[in-house]
Amino acid sequence: MNFIPQILFLLSFLAAVYLFAKKIGSIKRNIFLGVSENLSDHPEKRWKNVFLLALGQKKMFKNLTVAVLHLVIYLGFVIINIEVLEIMIDGIVGTHRIFYGFIPSLYPILINAFELLALGVIIVCVIFLYRRNIIHLWRFKNADLKGWPSKDANFILVIEIILMCLFLTMNATDTLLQSKGFGYYNEQLTGNFIISSFLHPLFNGFENTGLVFIERTSWWLHILGIFAFLNYLPWSKHLHIILAFPNAYFARLTPQGKFNNMLAVQQEVKNAFHPELAPTEVGSILKFGASDVNELSWKNVLDAYSCTECGRCSNACPASQTGKLLSPRSIMMKTRDRAEELGERLDKGMDIQDGKSLLNDYITEEELRACTTCNACVEECPVSISPVDIIIQLRRYLVMEKSTAPQEWTMMFGNIENNFAPWKFSPDDRSKWIDTFNS
Amino acid sequence: MQVPILSEEIAAGRNPEILFWVGCAGSFDQRAQSITKAFVTILNKVAIDYAILGSEEMCTGDPARRSGNEFMFQMMAYQNIQLLNQYQVKKIVTACPHCFNTLKNEYPELGGNYEVIHHATLIQDLINEGKIVLKEGGSFKGKKITYHDSCYLGRSNNIYEAPRNVIMALDAELVEMKRCKSNGLCCGAGGAQMFKEEEKGNTRINFERTNEAINTKATIIAAACPFCNTMMTDGIKVKEKEDEIQVLDIAELIAQSI
Repeated sequence: MNFIPQILFLLSFLAAVYLFAKKIGSIKRNIFLGVSENLSDHPEKRWKNVFLLALGQKKMFKNLTVAVLHLVIYLGFVIINIEVLEIMIDGIVGTHRIFYGFIPSLYPILINAFELLALGVIIVCVIFLYRRNIIHLWRFKNADLKGWPSKDANFILVIEIILMCLFLTMNATDTLLQSKGFGYYNEQLTGNFIISSFLHPLFNGFENTGLVFIERTSWWLHILGIFAFLNYLPWSKHLHIILAFPNAYFARLTPQGKFNNMLAVQQEVKNAFHPELAPTEVGSILKFGASDVNELSWKNVLDAYSCTECGRCSNACPASQTGKLLSPRSIMMKTRDRAEELGERLDKGMDIQDGKSLLNDYITEEELRACTTCNACVEECPVSISPVDIIIQLRRYLVMEKSTAPQEWTMMFGNIENNFAPWKFSPDDRSKWIDTFNS
Repeated sequence: MQVPILSEEIAAGRNPEILFWVGCAGSFDQRAQSITKAFVTILNKVAIDYAILGSEEMCTGDPARRSGNEFMFQMMAYQNIQLLNQYQVKKIVTACPHCFNTLKNEYPELGGNYEVIHHATLIQDLINEGKIVLKEGGSFKGKKITYHDSCYLGRSNNIYEAPRNVIMALDAELVEMKRCKSNGLCCGAGGAQMFKEEEKGNTRINFERTNEAINTKATIIAAACPFCNTMMTDGIKVKEKEDEIQVLDIAELIAQSI
């Protein structure tokens, strides 16, 4: 027996898994560059979010048509993996369509279902390519996606189409060979399949050897394509198919309007009001807010890696929609870029001090100043991301560490401090409206 | 009109059931003062046992916290909570969604635990309980009214229906803007934007939102937030539509209908 194909298969499989695991390991490390924060309370609510938001894609259904189209790709992706399982076993053991032997009557039904999904995936990918490149949808044409991100999105759609075409070609040639009773194809008489049988006319002119060559090539390219795609995921916005799940689990459960409390500041203020209770020792020097990825929460970095760059956030953002520099999508993309940059340094054995930071080198003050904290971006996000959370931490750094704020804000702070109101009115006049009431 | 002050009430041995948190806008801003007065008119009319803090009230710290000044927020929160706890306040109503959000969601972990409701909810409850009786054939009957969702009431706290129910109780025709409820577009004032010039862009957020409201052909834009009210009023002025469209708080709608 010739074991070379099996050995080649096993080697490419192991290489794919090794490279994928290695990259995921470094992404995990990059995520945990962020400050630790316990987000495991109320597991029942968190699991509910996983089912509704990640698995159920609840937010996608704000637009039914797009949700259904996306669902076809998603189901195709997940369900066709059952077929990949068979391919894996065949590849390693050296069998051909091994599942057929166990479930001969069920097998054609399964493959027919996969083929229908494959056709669905192809159609939807074409529609999505059309939406991205032909119709001028603001969120796909916006400057955030200039260059690589826009190519990435198209690349994924094209790969999916190619993978599905290979799957159908493989089935078409296989069933043709069956009908001709050729070689081992004659041992698994599955019969024709619902979609690939339409491809038969394309291959009728081929000799058996030609058909076998096409069948084998499709089989190999299909599975090698999947291995390659697996390793492309971590470099792409497509990582969301994995990270949407943990991101939904660890999403904040508090009302959107509630900001994270800064315990250290709370304590300092308490000490200021009660100096007699304040600790006499000088504690560790605290830094307030965040200026770089390693000062954000790990959840913020997970958010950045989960971002699918769909732009629903910026499409809903009042600042983005009125031409401000701020785009919540870009906040997430820049955070991921910065995390990757720090990760690359760590990969090379360097430390993370490169003289740069997320603030200023990636995200500008002007962007941060434009946010109205309206949470429209958070509400829109299909994968439970909060750009507001990052914006606020950077704002905190600007105001509390850098003491930089727009002049009007500085005046507002002064008014609150002196008059207990953001405007310059005397606190004694607070109930003056009652007088005008009676006049 | 009598407006009870909490310190005086307590000194007189009374213990009002509910504190009306007026807020800085409601206290100092001329336009928002009318909202405050309208709400007080309602409270007095249905004989709610309430009081205000008067000169003891301070900014909740909302704009400080949203602009990044956590120190100032904590300072304000500490002082307010001390005062509220000293007076053993149990229930607070406010006409400002920003104060509402801060008092309701952000004070508890700092030691301030109160039942906090927004005036839209209180008004709706009072209508449902039959305590607010609306005039037959009131001035808003059949009028087209669109409701602008405040972010801090809507998305932040999931209060979408109470203000709408109040409008429906007026027998008015409620028309929705393209972006409404959880998809509502911000007026542009939140996140301490109210207190600074808008960043560079191709239009202002309140212009964008006002356009949307004008497109509904409504003659009244109802709001439930003093800041939204200011932003929408400014937008209407710039569009020179102030003769055709009024911006009114839901408390004003009701005060004019009882």
